Amino acid sequence: MSKGMESNKNLVKKITGSRLFMPIMCLIVVLLINVIKTPGFFKITINNGVLYGYVIDVINRASELVILAIGMTLVTAASGGQDISVGAVMAVAAAVCCQILSGGEVSVTAFANPLIFAILAALVAGAICGAFNGMLVSRFGIQPMVATLILYTAGRGVAQLITKGQITYIRVDAYQSIGGYIGKSPIPTPVFLTLITVIIVSIVLKKTALGLYIESVGINGSASRLVGLNSTRIKFLVYVICGLLAGVAGVLASGRIYSADANNIGLNLEMDAILAVALGGNVLSGGKFNLMGSVIGAYTIQALTTTLYAMNVSADQLPVYKAIVVIIIVVLQSSVFKKFISDLKNKKKEGKPIAVKGGQQ
Amino acid sequence: MKSSKLKTTEEFKNYNKKKLTSSGFLLIVTIVLFIVMYAIGMIVFSNKGFAKPQMFLNLFISNAGLIVTACGLTIVMIAGGIDISVGSVVALVCMACAYLMEKMGVSAYVAVLVGLLIGLAFGIVQGFLVSYLEIQPFIVTLAGMFFGRGMTAIISTEMISITNETFRKWANFQVKLPIGSVNKKGTLIPAYIYPTVIIAIIILILVSIMLKYTKFGRTLYAIGGNQQSAMMMGLNVKKTKFQAYILNGILAGIGGILFCLNSGAGFVEQAKGFEMDAISSSVIGGTLLSGGVGTAVGTLFGVLINGTISSLITTQGKLSSWWIRIAISLLLCFFIVLQSILGSAKKKK
Amino acid sequence: MEQKTVLKMSGISQTFPGVKALQKVNFSLLEGEIHALMGENGAGKSTLIKVLTGVYELQEGTIEMEGKQIVNHSPQDAQNQGISTVYQEVNLCPNLTVGENLFIGREPRKFGMIDWKTMNKKAGKLLESLDIQVAPTQLLEECSVAIQQMIAIARAVDMECKVLILDEPTSSLDDVEVEKLFTLMRRLREKGVGIVFVTHFLEQVYEVCDRITVLRNGELVGAYEIKDLPRVMLVAKMMGKDFDDLEDIKSGHLEQKFEGEPVIEAKGIGHKGTIHPFDFTIKKGEVIGLTGLLGSGRSEMVRSIYGADKADSGTLKVNGKEVKINKPLDAMKLGMAYLPEDRKVDGIIADLSVRENIIIALQAKKGMFHLMSRKEMEEAADKYIDMLRIKTASRETPIKSLSGGNQQKVILGRWLLTNPEYLILDEPTRGIDIGTKTEIQKLVLELADQGMAVTFISSEIEEMLRTCSRMDVLRDGKKVGELSGDELRQEVIMKTIAGGEDHE
Repeated sequence: MSKGMESNKNLVKKITGSRLFMPIMCLIVVLLINVIKTPGFFKITINNGVLYGYVIDVINRASELVILAIGMTLVTAASGGQDISVGAVMAVAAAVCCQILSGGEVSVTAFANPLIFAILAALVAGAICGAFNGMLVSRFGIQPMVATLILYTAGRGVAQLITKGQITYIRVDAYQSIGGYIGKSPIPTPVFLTLITVIIVSIVLKKTALGLYIESVGINGSASRLVGLNSTRIKFLVYVICGLLAGVAGVLASGRIYSADANNIGLNLEMDAILAVALGGNVLSGGKFNLMGSVIGAYTIQALTTTLYAMNVSADQLPVYKAIVVIIIVVLQSSVFKKFISDLKNKKKEGKPIAVKGGQQ
Repeated sequence: MKSSKLKTTEEFKNYNKKKLTSSGFLLIVTIVLFIVMYAIGMIVFSNKGFAKPQMFLNLFISNAGLIVTACGLTIVMIAGGIDISVGSVVALVCMACAYLMEKMGVSAYVAVLVGLLIGLAFGIVQGFLVSYLEIQPFIVTLAGMFFGRGMTAIISTEMISITNETFRKWANFQVKLPIGSVNKKGTLIPAYIYPTVIIAIIILILVSIMLKYTKFGRTLYAIGGNQQSAMMMGLNVKKTKFQAYILNGILAGIGGILFCLNSGAGFVEQAKGFEMDAISSSVIGGTLLSGGVGTAVGTLFGVLINGTISSLITTQGKLSSWWIRIAISLLLCFFIVLQSILGSAKKKK
Repeated sequence: MEQKTVLKMSGISQTFPGVKALQKVNFSLLEGEIHALMGENGAGKSTLIKVLTGVYELQEGTIEMEGKQIVNHSPQDAQNQGISTVYQEVNLCPNLTVGENLFIGREPRKFGMIDWKTMNKKAGKLLESLDIQVAPTQLLEECSVAIQQMIAIARAVDMECKVLILDEPTSSLDDVEVEKLFTLMRRLREKGVGIVFVTHFLEQVYEVCDRITVLRNGELVGAYEIKDLPRVMLVAKMMGKDFDDLEDIKSGHLEQKFEGEPVIEAKGIGHKGTIHPFDFTIKKGEVIGLTGLLGSGRSEMVRSIYGADKADSGTLKVNGKEVKINKPLDAMKLGMAYLPEDRKVDGIIADLSVRENIIIALQAKKGMFHLMSRKEMEEAADKYIDMLRIKTASRETPIKSLSGGNQQKVILGRWLLTNPEYLILDEPTRGIDIGTKTEIQKLVLELADQGMAVTFISSEIEEMLRTCSRMDVLRDGKKVGELSGDELRQEVIMKTIAGGEDHE
């Protein structure tokens, strides 16, 4: 009997010990709540040749967040801090993109410049923002969050300057299709773009040693130096990648509203991205990372957001709930708390009286 | 033996000679910067009243809340921490006060008290998480920032203007000063300030004294200088940090009330980027991000520089208001990099 | 003159999971003496001090202060009992003034406010009484390390301490500064303070101390009057030898002649503050040992060759060509490999798997865009797990869950994988079991036979004798001797390490 239980226990341990256990569990919990609250949650219908349904909506809306979460995961792993400027960088990239497309007009119905050129410029703008952050962090040794705080506040101002304070509209189908649908595809474009981004980053991590370098630098900087790694360069690079991905997310977000709205594009997304990383089972103080965990975390958060919307919580109020979730996660991750729990467990093992006492309190 | 002693006295003299420390240097840069900026303003915009005493006092009037909040942040930053939730706390305090007085008919006194309690609550919770659970202050206060802003929206998503008579009386009570400018007819128009300025100045002085002359204040510096050493010297690091965050929370609450007296309304988007103003004031005023160095007076000059930048840009009239944010960020960036360079130069020595 | 015993520790034992750190150790300190506490790594010096100062809870034995039994639960307790400690890293706040550092936490007050004037006056008096030449209003960070060290001592003294523990206070001081510190110590001795002095520098012990207590492997070797214990004897005691029965151990590696171009030729390489400029040459197939006591500059010497601490003087030739090494990667590309002394801090990358830890150096050498295939990695990992007989659940096990010896083998495998011409092993056998030690020694000889040049650092002389064909001796940050052939005997080596009057 004990043997069977033992193997069962091992199986349970294997499942619960898996790095993806936490994020998947969270996702399941959120989905379950939805199933109970909204019976039609998993129903997918086709309207006008396009897929409709809550699930599709979650997957579609989560796109920017997934892309940001990837960059945030890498930054967290390598530097043990977070980039809080990603939302503002999205706004900058969107502004660059729209400004080039409109040629300076407020609203256009035809491209002033080629689309591909505008998108590339937007990505470059994102990468430059990332490079700025990266330089402050890696070269000057400033705490990641202080360094990125600068762009967090100034970024939207820069975006406003680029668009000269107006909301630039690009009323061209080709541009709208970035945030909508390409041709007769029943699946929204952002879903494809996200998929492509995830695949590209995965390939880069698979085909180069970047992933290993990032983890190594994040875990033990001093040992990494002795085995010949250049931690300054690796940290810098990671911030550039994060900026670049924020640029992608910015273009995507601007495609949805076919405009560059410096005040609202990517608003509050930095918090969601950090939350996604933490939910994905990554430790916010750096080290080993789990990209798929963050991706699942991002979808979980979007599902949560959609759920809260369905429960009539306004967009302005959402941060309250997310802030609480973040605090719970970091408390659970904190070493002091872990030690407290293990001490509690040990006490229970040591003697019943203490446990009883604890129970009564 | 004799020669070695000689050498020490020589060293001794040398030490006495170079009085100017790098932190002193930063403060001088700041003060000079302020004077230069203000002088430029006086020359370029002399026709727009930049040279009038009232213009200078307006810097204090419009930034009374910032002075108090930045003082709180300076306390936390001296101990090596940070708080980016203060902007949201200010917004929440304003909104709560406005809502209580306008929608619930509560007296102004109670509203102010609730405002202070909100600040205190933020201080206790964040301080506990940072000092006793040892969670990175940035993550904690980032969550606090979103929490505060969200709570503001939960109270009301619409703007509430304050019409409470007592509150308006406080806000509009002018304290006339014996200085002023002479108008065309030759009569003196006395310059004035509001009670908010007096409160801010009193708090500034109290914080200065606290930092310099109390054990709590000096312990803050010790912790910021070297937390490990502070612990070895028998100082209670956790408790002091906790108290610093609580004090910062209360000051953010007071800052919120002063801000509210100035703006006379509560709305969700209020005081957006205020945390940045407070942090940059503190840093520009010579507070080291790594902790251990900083003064309340320096922070005041930081606030004045911030204020001058915004009034220069506003007076100029053509530049969009976004330039204020960008200019302050750039200045902050400049000072952070300067600190980092000075810091690494010190290490090499 | 009869001196009173101020501190008496008897029968102190301390056990950590799996390790007996102290076994029935006795220690006594007289009033007004400077007492050296000596021992090699792992001897138990720091454990003894931590028990005394209440960092560790006392497990077995008694501590008596002036005849009264005491128990310290924290450094604060110890301080209240009159036991103060000054550490190698100055535990003061650099951003405060000297006066404040002396009085923080117990500042003089007036109306509840700190009275700066009185504080500075008191500080001035205290500094003057100890002849420390510094103004109380000076910022601490502007003082030299020696002065900072003295201020820390002054703080301790002013807190009415009867026992002052100085834990390697001289490691980062130059000669003049050390002299100043000694003057202060002698002055305190006159005042009747009992001083425990922990240091690795033999010269200093003989210059300033009255008695020596030697520990080894957690056991008391003995307490001696300084005049009864010549240097060589001290070294022998620390290394656990009776000087009379030093057997001759022959290296199996001696017979060969080493000819041809040297692989590494260093001239005047040095790093300010850690190692004086030195010359060093090694040829193909040679195993050169670096010996000396802890802190003598063994690690610093190889670190400056490898570029871990960039050398600030001298020239380096690799295979006859002059090269410039700015960072470890440069050295790696020239065929060097360095197994660092501190495995935990500089060696393992704790959360990564055994496989990743093995391939990381080769991967870093290859560059980011030439990722080794999964198969290559696994083959490499398996090869070294097999060859070095690394005990691990699998190659994907995180290295942190391996035992110390196996972690060390993983790091060794990491460097062998890069196929180096010159391998530096800094204390590769410290803290690992006998079996593994022998394996590593054998491996070193095998590698040398295959033509690799190896530098081997160890605190254990036998193991060096077994493996090395030549030995360089270091003392106090200087290279003081090169031994080869018949000189490779324990007796000669110890004399060279000890230096001083026995080596003239």
